[in-house]
Amino acid sequence: MAKINMDSMDSMQYDILKELGNIGAGNATTALAQMLNQKLDMKVPRVEMVGFDTLPSVICPEEELVVGIYLMLDEDVTGSMMFLMPERSAHNLVDQLMGRAMGSDEPFSEMDYSALQEVGNIITGSYLSALSSLTNLTIGASVPYVAIDMAAAILSVPAIEFGQLGDKALLIKTQFGDDVMIDGYFILIPALESYDKILSSLGL
Amino acid sequence: MIKMSVMIKVGMADLNVCEYPNSITTLGLGSCVGVALYDPVTKCGGLAHVMLPDSTAIRNNANIAKFADTGIVELVKRMEKKGASKIRMVAKIAGGAQMFAFSNSTDLVRVGERNVEACKKKLRELGIRIVAEDTGLNYGRTVEFYTETGMMTIKAVGKELKEI
Repeated sequence: MAKINMDSMDSMQYDILKELGNIGAGNATTALAQMLNQKLDMKVPRVEMVGFDTLPSVICPEEELVVGIYLMLDEDVTGSMMFLMPERSAHNLVDQLMGRAMGSDEPFSEMDYSALQEVGNIITGSYLSALSSLTNLTIGASVPYVAIDMAAAILSVPAIEFGQLGDKALLIKTQFGDDVMIDGYFILIPALESYDKILSSLGL
Repeated sequence: MIKMSVMIKVGMADLNVCEYPNSITTLGLGSCVGVALYDPVTKCGGLAHVMLPDSTAIRNNANIAKFADTGIVELVKRMEKKGASKIRMVAKIAGGAQMFAFSNSTDLVRVGERNVEACKKKLRELGIRIVAEDTGLNYGRTVEFYTETGMMTIKAVGKELKEI
Protein backbone atom coordinates (compact mmCIF):
# COMPACT_ATOMS: atom_id res chain seq x y z
CA MET A 1 0.00 0.00 0.00
CA ALA A 2 1.20 3.44 -0.83
CA LYS A 3 2.24 5.22 2.32
CA ILE A 4 1.68 8.78 1.36
CA ASN A 5 3.96 11.63 2.28
CA MET A 6 2.25 14.97 1.86
CA ASP A 7 5.48 16.80 1.27
CA SER A 8 6.74 14.52 -1.50
CA MET A 9 3.77 13.07 -3.27
CA ASP A 10 4.44 11.32 -6.56
CA SER A 11 2.75 12.63 -9.69
CA MET A 12 0.40 9.67 -9.96
CA GLN A 13 -0.98 10.20 -6.46
CA TYR A 14 -1.21 13.92 -7.11
CA ASP A 15 -3.11 13.41 -10.37
CA ILE A 16 -5.58 11.11 -8.72
CA LEU A 17 -6.29 13.54 -5.91
CA LYS A 18 -6.68 16.31 -8.46
CA GLU A 19 -9.10 14.25 -10.49
CA LEU A 20 -11.12 13.42 -7.38
CA GLY A 21 -11.24 17.13 -6.68
CA ASN A 22 -12.50 17.84 -10.20
CA ILE A 23 -15.24 15.26 -10.04
CA GLY A 24 -16.33 16.32 -6.58
CA ALA A 25 -16.54 19.97 -7.51
CA GLY A 26 -18.47 19.10 -10.67
CA ASN A 27 -20.97 17.14 -8.67
CA ALA A 28 -21.37 19.96 -6.20
CA THR A 29 -22.11 22.45 -8.96
CA THR A 30 -24.72 20.14 -10.49
CA ALA A 31 -26.43 19.83 -7.13
CA LEU A 32 -26.44 23.57 -6.69
CA ALA A 33 -27.89 24.09 -10.17
CA GLN A 34 -30.74 21.76 -9.25
CA MET A 35 -31.34 23.64 -6.05
CA LEU A 36 -31.41 26.98 -7.87
CA ASN A 37 -33.41 25.38 -10.65
CA GLN A 38 -31.32 26.94 -13.34
CA LYS A 39 -28.47 26.13 -15.66
CA LEU A 40 -25.07 26.88 -14.22
CA ASP A 41 -21.89 27.17 -16.19
CA MET A 42 -18.80 25.94 -14.52
CA LYS A 43 -15.15 26.59 -15.18
CA VAL A 44 -12.65 23.79 -14.96
CA PRO A 45 -11.67 23.68 -11.31
CA ARG A 46 -8.09 24.47 -10.41
CA VAL A 47 -6.71 21.90 -8.05
CA GLU A 48 -3.45 22.28 -6.20
CA MET A 49 -1.62 21.29 -3.08
CA VAL A 50 -0.80 24.37 -1.07
CA GLY A 51 1.27 25.01 2.00
CA PHE A 52 -0.65 26.33 4.97
CA ASP A 53 1.45 29.47 5.18
CA THR A 54 0.51 30.51 1.65
CA LEU A 55 -3.10 29.34 1.87
CA PRO A 56 -4.62 32.66 2.95
CA SER A 57 -2.80 34.61 0.26
CA VAL A 58 -3.68 32.10 -2.49
CA ILE A 59 -7.37 32.65 -1.87
CA CYS A 60 -7.68 36.35 -1.15
CA PRO A 61 -6.16 39.13 0.96
CA GLU A 62 -5.95 38.14 4.63
CA GLU A 63 -8.43 40.70 5.87
CA GLU A 64 -11.07 40.23 3.19
CA LEU A 65 -14.45 39.03 4.42
CA VAL A 66 -15.27 35.45 3.54
CA VAL A 67 -17.92 32.91 4.39
CA GLY A 68 -16.54 29.62 5.62
CA ILE A 69 -18.54 26.43 5.86
CA TYR A 70 -16.75 23.78 7.81
CA LEU A 71 -17.50 20.18 8.59
CA MET A 72 -15.84 17.22 10.19
CA LEU A 73 -15.52 13.88 8.46
CA ASP A 74 -15.62 10.50 10.08
CA GLU A 75 -15.98 6.77 9.40
CA ASP A 76 -13.63 5.60 6.58
CA VAL A 77 -12.26 9.04 5.85
CA THR A 78 -11.50 11.18 8.86
CA GLY A 79 -10.47 14.81 8.86
CA SER A 80 -12.44 17.80 7.74
CA MET A 81 -13.41 19.88 4.78
CA MET A 82 -14.19 23.50 4.22
CA PHE A 83 -16.07 25.35 1.54
CA LEU A 84 -15.15 28.98 1.32
CA MET A 85 -16.65 31.87 -0.61
CA PRO A 86 -15.74 35.55 -0.70
CA GLU A 87 -18.51 37.53 0.97
CA ARG A 88 -19.51 39.08 -2.36
CA SER A 89 -20.05 35.66 -3.92
CA ALA A 90 -21.98 34.45 -0.91
CA HIS A 91 -24.28 37.47 -1.19
CA ASN A 92 -24.93 36.75 -4.86
CA LEU A 93 -25.66 33.14 -4.12
CA VAL A 94 -28.07 33.90 -1.31
CA ASP A 95 -29.80 36.58 -3.39
CA GLN A 96 -30.30 34.04 -6.15
CA LEU A 97 -31.64 31.47 -3.73
CA MET A 98 -34.07 33.92 -2.21
CA GLY A 99 -35.15 35.20 -5.62
CA ARG A 100 -33.96 38.71 -4.83
CA ALA A 101 -32.24 41.16 -7.13
CA MET A 102 -28.53 40.68 -6.89
CA GLY A 103 -26.18 43.23 -5.47
CA SER A 104 -27.73 43.89 -2.11
CA ASP A 105 -25.16 44.92 0.43
CA GLU A 106 -27.24 44.26 3.48
CA PRO A 107 -25.67 42.17 6.21
CA PHE A 108 -26.74 38.54 6.21
CA SER A 109 -30.03 37.97 8.01
CA GLU A 110 -30.85 34.95 10.13
CA MET A 111 -32.64 33.53 7.12
CA ASP A 112 -29.67 34.13 4.81
CA TYR A 113 -27.48 32.47 7.34
CA SER A 114 -29.48 29.28 7.35
CA ALA A 115 -29.64 29.41 3.56
CA LEU A 116 -25.85 29.50 3.54
CA GLN A 117 -25.77 26.56 5.87
CA GLU A 118 -28.08 24.67 3.54
CA VAL A 119 -25.96 25.58 0.52
CA GLY A 120 -22.97 24.32 2.45
CA ASN A 121 -24.79 21.11 3.17
CA ILE A 122 -25.64 20.52 -0.45
CA ILE A 123 -22.30 21.52 -1.93
CA THR A 124 -20.16 19.60 0.51
CA GLY A 125 -22.59 16.69 0.62
CA SER A 126 -22.53 16.17 -3.13
CA TYR A 127 -18.79 16.60 -3.18
CA LEU A 128 -18.38 13.92 -0.56
CA SER A 129 -20.89 11.57 -2.12
CA ALA A 130 -18.90 11.72 -5.37
CA LEU A 131 -15.76 10.92 -3.44
CA SER A 132 -17.53 8.16 -1.59
CA SER A 133 -18.98 6.43 -4.66
CA LEU A 134 -15.68 6.62 -6.54
CA THR A 135 -13.74 5.07 -3.74
CA ASN A 136 -16.40 2.83 -2.22
CA LEU A 137 -15.57 4.29 1.16
CA THR A 138 -18.15 5.35 3.68
CA ILE A 139 -17.76 9.02 4.55
CA GLY A 140 -19.74 10.52 7.36
CA ALA A 141 -20.01 14.27 7.79
CA SER A 142 -21.02 16.48 10.69
CA VAL A 143 -23.52 19.29 10.30
CA PRO A 144 -21.92 22.26 8.54
CA TYR A 145 -20.76 25.15 10.69
CA VAL A 146 -20.87 28.60 9.17
CA ALA A 147 -18.70 31.57 10.06
CA ILE A 148 -18.19 34.95 8.42
CA ASP A 149 -14.97 36.75 9.19
CA MET A 150 -11.54 37.76 7.87
CA ALA A 151 -10.14 35.19 5.46
CA ALA A 152 -7.00 34.52 7.48
CA ALA A 153 -9.00 33.99 10.66
CA ILE A 154 -11.39 31.52 9.00
CA LEU A 155 -8.49 29.73 7.32
CA SER A 156 -6.62 29.42 10.59
CA VAL A 157 -9.02 26.64 11.53
CA PRO A 158 -8.13 24.24 8.70
CA ALA A 159 -4.55 25.50 8.76
CA ILE A 160 -4.23 24.45 12.37
CA GLU A 161 -5.76 21.12 11.59
CA PHE A 162 -3.41 20.26 8.80
CA GLY A 163 -0.55 21.94 10.59
CA GLN A 164 -0.77 18.91 12.81
CA LEU A 165 -0.75 16.50 9.87
CA GLY A 166 1.61 17.94 7.32
CA ASP A 167 2.11 21.32 5.81
CA LYS A 168 -0.08 20.99 2.76
CA ALA A 169 -3.76 20.73 1.93
CA LEU A 170 -5.70 20.01 -1.22
CA LEU A 171 -7.23 23.25 -2.48
CA ILE A 172 -9.83 23.22 -5.23
CA LYS A 173 -10.91 26.49 -6.77
CA THR A 174 -14.19 26.36 -8.58
CA GLN A 175 -16.21 29.00 -10.40
CA PHE A 176 -19.82 28.64 -11.38
CA GLY A 177 -22.77 30.80 -12.29
CA ASP A 178 -24.58 32.15 -15.29
CA ASP A 179 -24.34 35.93 -15.51
CA VAL A 180 -22.44 36.47 -12.35
CA MET A 181 -19.72 33.97 -11.60
CA ILE A 182 -19.47 32.79 -8.06
CA ASP A 183 -16.08 31.84 -6.68
CA GLY A 184 -15.81 28.99 -4.28
CA TYR A 185 -12.98 27.02 -2.75
CA PHE A 186 -12.97 23.52 -1.39
CA ILE A 187 -10.27 22.68 1.09
CA LEU A 188 -10.02 19.01 1.83
CA ILE A 189 -8.07 17.96 4.87
CA PRO A 190 -8.22 14.22 5.34
CA ALA A 191 -6.10 12.66 8.02
CA LEU A 192 -2.93 11.16 6.59
CA GLU A 193 -4.14 7.58 6.84
CA SER A 194 -7.29 8.59 4.98
CA TYR A 195 -5.20 9.61 1.99
CA ASP A 196 -3.82 6.09 2.03
CA LYS A 197 -7.30 4.65 2.19
CA ILE A 198 -8.54 6.81 -0.67
CA LEU A 199 -5.59 5.96 -2.89
CA SER A 200 -5.56 2.26 -2.11
CA SER A 201 -9.29 1.98 -2.69
CA LEU A 202 -8.58 3.20 -6.21
CA GLY A 203 -6.04 0.44 -6.65
CA LEU A 204 -2.88 2.38 -5.98
CA MET B 1 16.67 63.66 8.81
CA ILE B 2 13.32 62.11 9.52
CA LYS B 3 13.48 58.43 10.17
CA MET B 4 10.60 56.73 8.41
CA SER B 5 8.88 54.02 10.32
CA VAL B 6 7.78 50.84 8.60
CA MET B 7 5.22 48.22 9.47
CA ILE B 8 6.73 44.75 9.57
CA LYS B 9 4.34 41.96 8.63
CA VAL B 10 4.36 38.62 10.40
CA GLY B 11 2.70 35.72 8.59
CA MET B 12 1.01 32.65 9.95
CA ALA B 13 3.38 30.47 11.99
CA ASP B 14 6.01 33.16 11.71
CA LEU B 15 7.76 35.59 14.03
CA ASN B 16 9.86 38.71 13.81
CA VAL B 17 11.47 41.43 15.88
CA CYS B 18 11.03 45.13 15.42
CA GLU B 19 12.91 48.16 16.71
CA TYR B 20 11.81 51.73 17.30
CA PRO B 21 10.32 53.54 15.35
CA ASN B 22 8.95 50.61 13.41
CA SER B 23 5.81 48.71 14.20
CA ILE B 24 4.84 45.13 13.62
CA THR B 25 1.59 43.49 12.58
CA THR B 26 -0.10 40.20 11.88
CA LEU B 27 -3.37 39.94 9.96
CA GLY B 28 -6.45 37.92 10.72
CA LEU B 29 -5.63 35.93 13.83
CA GLY B 30 -8.30 33.29 14.25
CA SER B 31 -7.60 30.44 16.59
CA CYS B 32 -3.92 31.37 16.39
CA VAL B 33 -2.43 33.60 19.07
CA GLY B 34 -0.37 36.73 18.51
CA VAL B 35 2.26 37.12 21.24
CA ALA B 36 3.90 40.53 21.40
CA LEU B 37 6.93 41.04 23.63
CA TYR B 38 8.32 44.42 24.49
CA ASP B 39 11.35 45.86 26.22
CA PRO B 40 10.27 49.40 27.17
CA VAL B 41 13.87 50.59 27.74
CA THR B 42 15.34 49.69 24.37
CA LYS B 43 11.92 50.02 22.68
CA CYS B 44 12.50 46.68 21.04
CA GLY B 45 9.42 44.64 20.27
CA GLY B 46 8.68 41.27 18.78
CA LEU B 47 5.63 39.41 17.55
CA ALA B 48 4.97 35.71 17.11
CA HIS B 49 1.95 34.22 15.30
CA VAL B 50 1.52 30.95 17.16
CA MET B 51 -0.61 28.20 15.57
CA LEU B 52 -0.30 25.24 17.90
CA PRO B 53 0.32 24.81 21.62
CA ASP B 54 2.99 22.16 21.84
CA SER B 55 5.88 21.22 19.54
CA THR B 56 6.57 17.99 21.40
CA ALA B 57 3.09 16.64 20.61
CA ILE B 58 3.71 16.67 16.87
CA ARG B 59 6.18 14.85 14.67
CA ASN B 60 6.30 17.50 12.01
CA ASN B 61 7.74 20.30 14.14
CA ALA B 62 10.54 21.77 12.05
CA ASN B 63 9.02 25.26 12.01
CA ILE B 64 9.69 26.50 15.54
CA ALA B 65 7.65 29.67 15.03
CA LYS B 66 4.52 27.57 14.70
CA PHE B 67 4.39 26.47 18.35
CA ALA B 68 3.80 28.33 21.58
CA ASP B 69 6.65 26.61 23.44
CA THR B 70 9.41 26.96 20.83
CA GLY B 71 8.14 30.14 19.17
CA ILE B 72 8.16 32.29 22.29
CA VAL B 73 11.63 31.08 23.31
CA GLU B 74 12.94 31.89 19.84
CA LEU B 75 11.33 35.34 19.91
CA VAL B 76 13.01 36.12 23.25
CA LYS B 77 16.34 34.96 21.83
CA ARG B 78 16.00 37.11 18.73
CA MET B 79 15.07 40.17 20.81
CA GLU B 80 18.03 39.62 23.12
CA LYS B 81 20.29 39.65 20.08
CA LYS B 82 18.92 43.13 19.36
CA GLY B 83 19.86 44.25 22.85
CA ALA B 84 16.58 43.67 24.66
CA SER B 85 16.64 42.23 28.17
CA LYS B 86 14.38 39.38 29.18
CA ILE B 87 14.01 40.77 32.71
CA ARG B 88 12.44 43.94 31.38
CA MET B 89 10.17 42.23 28.86
CA VAL B 90 6.41 42.38 29.11
CA ALA B 91 3.88 40.60 26.95
CA LYS B 92 0.56 41.34 25.30
CA ILE B 93 -1.41 38.56 23.71
CA ALA B 94 -4.42 38.45 21.37
CA GLY B 95 -6.34 35.87 19.39
CA GLY B 96 -7.19 32.30 20.32
CA ALA B 97 -10.78 32.63 19.13
CA GLN B 98 -13.12 29.78 18.37
CA MET B 99 -14.17 30.61 14.85
CA PHE B 100 -16.89 27.98 14.44
CA ALA B 101 -19.57 27.19 16.99
CA PHE B 102 -18.86 23.46 17.18
CA SER B 103 -21.27 21.47 19.23
CA ASN B 104 -18.86 18.83 20.54
CA SER B 105 -15.63 19.64 22.33
CA THR B 106 -12.75 17.66 20.94
CA ASP B 107 -9.20 18.94 21.14
CA LEU B 108 -9.38 20.57 17.73
CA VAL B 109 -12.42 22.50 18.77
CA ARG B 110 -10.67 23.95 21.77
CA VAL B 111 -7.48 24.74 19.91
CA GLY B 112 -7.79 28.52 20.34
CA GLU B 113 -8.21 28.15 24.06
CA ARG B 114 -5.36 25.66 24.26
CA ASN B 115 -3.11 28.02 22.31
CA VAL B 116 -3.81 30.81 24.79
CA GLU B 117 -3.15 28.51 27.74
CA ALA B 118 0.12 27.29 26.23
CA CYS B 119 1.33 30.84 25.56
CA LYS B 120 0.55 31.89 29.12
CA LYS B 121 2.30 28.87 30.53
CA LYS B 122 5.46 29.48 28.49
CA LEU B 123 5.51 33.18 29.40
CA ARG B 124 5.13 32.29 33.08
CA GLU B 125 8.03 29.84 32.83
CA LEU B 126 10.19 32.54 31.29
CA GLY B 127 9.13 35.05 33.95
CA ILE B 128 7.56 37.41 31.44
CA ARG B 129 4.52 39.26 32.73
CA ILE B 130 1.38 39.54 30.61
CA VAL B 131 0.23 43.14 30.91
CA ALA B 132 -2.77 42.92 28.60
CA GLU B 133 -4.73 40.42 26.59
CA ASP B 134 -7.67 40.20 24.22
CA THR B 135 -8.34 36.54 23.68
CA GLY B 136 -11.08 33.99 23.14
CA LEU B 137 -14.60 34.68 21.83
CA ASN B 138 -15.50 33.91 18.25
CA TYR B 139 -14.07 36.50 15.88
CA GLY B 140 -10.86 37.14 13.97
CA ARG B 141 -8.42 39.87 14.95
CA THR B 142 -5.73 41.90 13.21
CA VAL B 143 -3.12 43.21 15.63
CA GLU B 144 -0.61 46.01 15.29
CA PHE B 145 2.10 46.59 17.85
CA TYR B 146 3.87 49.92 18.25
CA THR B 147 7.40 50.07 19.64
CA GLU B 148 7.11 53.74 20.58
CA THR B 149 4.75 53.04 23.48
CA GLY B 150 4.26 49.28 23.53
CA MET B 151 0.64 49.76 22.54
CA MET B 152 -1.24 47.04 20.72
CA THR B 153 -4.27 47.77 18.56
CA ILE B 154 -6.86 45.17 17.66
CA LYS B 155 -9.06 45.35 14.61
CA ALA B 156 -12.05 43.06 14.17
CA VAL B 157 -14.91 42.95 11.67
CA GLY B 158 -17.81 45.13 12.74
CA LYS B 159 -16.08 46.23 15.95
CA GLU B 160 -14.38 49.39 17.02
CA LEU B 161 -10.60 49.56 17.07
CA LYS B 162 -9.39 48.45 20.46
CA GLU B 163 -6.19 49.53 22.18
CA ILE B 164 -4.58 47.44 24.85
